[in-house]
Amino acid sequence: MSAVDDSGQTSAPPPGADGDAILSTTNVTKIFGGLVAVEDVTFEIPRGRIVSIIGPNGAGKTTFFNMLTGLYKPTFGRVEFDGRDITGGRPDRIMAMGVARTFQNIRLFATMSALENVMVGQHARMKTGLFGSILRPPRVRREEERVTEKAREELRYVGLEDDLHDQMSINLSYGDQRRLEIARALSSEPKLLLLDEPTAGMNPQESKELTEFMRRLRDERGLSILLIEHDMQVVMEASEYITVLDHGTKIAEGTPQAVRQNPRVIEAYLGKQAERDHTGRDRAAGDEAESD
Amino acid sequence: MPTPKTDQKTLLGAAVGVPLIIIFTSQLLDMSLGMALILGVLILLRVLFADNRPITIAVMIAILLWAIYLPLAHEENSEFLGIAVLILAYSVMALGLNIIVGYAGLLDLGYVAFFALGALTAGWFMSGFYSDAGKGGEGFSFLVSDPAASLPGIHLNFVIVVILAIIICATAGMLIGLPTLRLRGDYIAIVTLAFGEIIGRIVINGDELHYKDVPLLGGPIEDVFGKGANFSAGRQGITPIDKIDFPGIEPFKSLDLRPWFWTALVLVLIVLFVNYRLRDSRLGRAWIALREDEVAAASMGVPLVKTKLLAYATGAAFGGMAGVFLASLLNTVNADQFQFFFSIFILAMVILGGLGSIEGVLIGAAVLVYINFKFIPDANAKPREWFNLDLDLSELSSAIYGFLLVMMMILRPEGLLPERRRKLEMAEHVGVGDTAGVGGPETDVFEARA
Repeated sequence: MSAVDDSGQTSAPPPGADGDAILSTTNVTKIFGGLVAVEDVTFEIPRGRIVSIIGPNGAGKTTFFNMLTGLYKPTFGRVEFDGRDITGGRPDRIMAMGVARTFQNIRLFATMSALENVMVGQHARMKTGLFGSILRPPRVRREEERVTEKAREELRYVGLEDDLHDQMSINLSYGDQRRLEIARALSSEPKLLLLDEPTAGMNPQESKELTEFMRRLRDERGLSILLIEHDMQVVMEASEYITVLDHGTKIAEGTPQAVRQNPRVIEAYLGKQAERDHTGRDRAAGDEAESD
Repeated sequence: MPTPKTDQKTLLGAAVGVPLIIIFTSQLLDMSLGMALILGVLILLRVLFADNRPITIAVMIAILLWAIYLPLAHEENSEFLGIAVLILAYSVMALGLNIIVGYAGLLDLGYVAFFALGALTAGWFMSGFYSDAGKGGEGFSFLVSDPAASLPGIHLNFVIVVILAIIICATAGMLIGLPTLRLRGDYIAIVTLAFGEIIGRIVINGDELHYKDVPLLGGPIEDVFGKGANFSAGRQGITPIDKIDFPGIEPFKSLDLRPWFWTALVLVLIVLFVNYRLRDSRLGRAWIALREDEVAAASMGVPLVKTKLLAYATGAAFGGMAGVFLASLLNTVNADQFQFFFSIFILAMVILGGLGSIEGVLIGAAVLVYINFKFIPDANAKPREWFNLDLDLSELSSAIYGFLLVMMMILRPEGLLPERRRKLEMAEHVGVGDTAGVGGPETDVFEARA
């Protein structure tokens, strides 16, 4: 544990200091009535990196996520994506600009087939309107074919074989539903992918596969990924930078190595575990079930 | 050699359903037995060879030919044709509402508003109501033959009035939809219900509502409709309404129902076409996604406002279309027709048949039109004959539909002929509920912004 202070104090230099951030927030705050859920968070996702947000239950991670995707409007502060201000923008517009997400509790369109789910994901990439849908001219037919083919490709890419494509999404296994959600997000050709606890409910083997998969996404598609995750194994292995939230404020950020050894993080988040278990491993945190 | 489907479920469904359809049409609706049997056989083929595309297409064409021939197999003024025309007209309404409620999941309890506006459009443009319209009050007509053409008032061709009604109702549908955009589920029902009532009230009091009172537009509108023109005739009703009239054919007569049947059939085919096309399109998928999970749909790039308004507009347009047809068929636009009960009547068709299921909605329309226009009037005579009771069953019709809906909810909540998706939703309710339930807290604070 001698390396504690090697990386300086609580935080490493901001990862995106070179200015090439795909997404950045400035002093973002969200207040629900009297509750300050997220306070003054300034943060960046460098292009082409995997970044994680961690923090104890109720730290405001999902709220923060929802502000990035437009489900919540920040009370104060500014969110910028790809150089454009998206603060308080509509979810569908933000999606169309290239931010796709998955949900902590899988939110598929239950009675649509896997294929249809992924086709909805491409809604923003399609042009057909009311009359096009009714009259179905060749242009619309071609678009439908293209979108269907693309949906199948994405499903195969995440590992759902053809015989599952026409299954109702609700009939798929849990792991397949998680994969389907990612395929649905990917089909919109996002620049930034937000994953809200993608490994929740997965066994260690599946989590490991997902970690690999995220790396593949970054390398093959040049995606930037923001991850909320409780499984520390996954966080430490997958992410290049980590931001730690506690009680709605950012208490640390930096490389996994730096964050793991940051005293404030250990105190706020891993504290008890670290004291009890001097091997320094922090797996136990991953066993907590988040319910915020 | 194509093989028929032989799984137990299909066979059981066909064994129960086809005889039921034959009995219903031939015995209750008084369709000729021969036509009923042919229909039964066609439906049987349709069900058994559902997976075979060429056979399905052939069967569909056969059903279409059957429907075109149907009026010729009956007296031109038979009771059956009277009911059949109503079934078709109400099917148009029900299929329109099916888009709003069945596809997009927006519970609309004010559908009567679009019937009212459609019928009123017919009252405005297909009758002598505006007797001062035109130069010197001699009336105005377009693509209409005598005698209507030479009468005072505005007399436009049926097709033009239908197009006007579609435009008016689609606009009204969006306006009514606007305030519901921030609402969910039950609250949408309450707001739409109120709008249905409001339009009914406006029509009742329309004889006090003069176009000159309308700011800015009042003058120009009066120039067209004549001095002192009113919005509606109030409780008096607008009557008569022009019969449907196409150039080259003589105007429809109220005693020959065959042309009415064919016109209604064309309307139904148009609505069916639109329903089928929309179901498997970008917009249809967006509606279903919206119905399943609004937050997820928005996050996947579906614009909530636009998508919802399009559902309202499309559904409303068909309500208006059927409204024009019914006004011409019934020969009157009467404010007393536009009651809350009408909305429930149409909604009951959709629910009885199966939300979102096109075939189901058609069956729902047939059953409820039969009950409302034949069963109740027929049964009405019985208590008097048998027990010397002075009981008016039509007063009880709401109770009868209420009873029917409750029984449906208990026995077959997914509807008579459920849509594949809904069936699943009902059967595996726990699963679907789970996803929705866990997402609950997040859903509640979702700031659905217009």
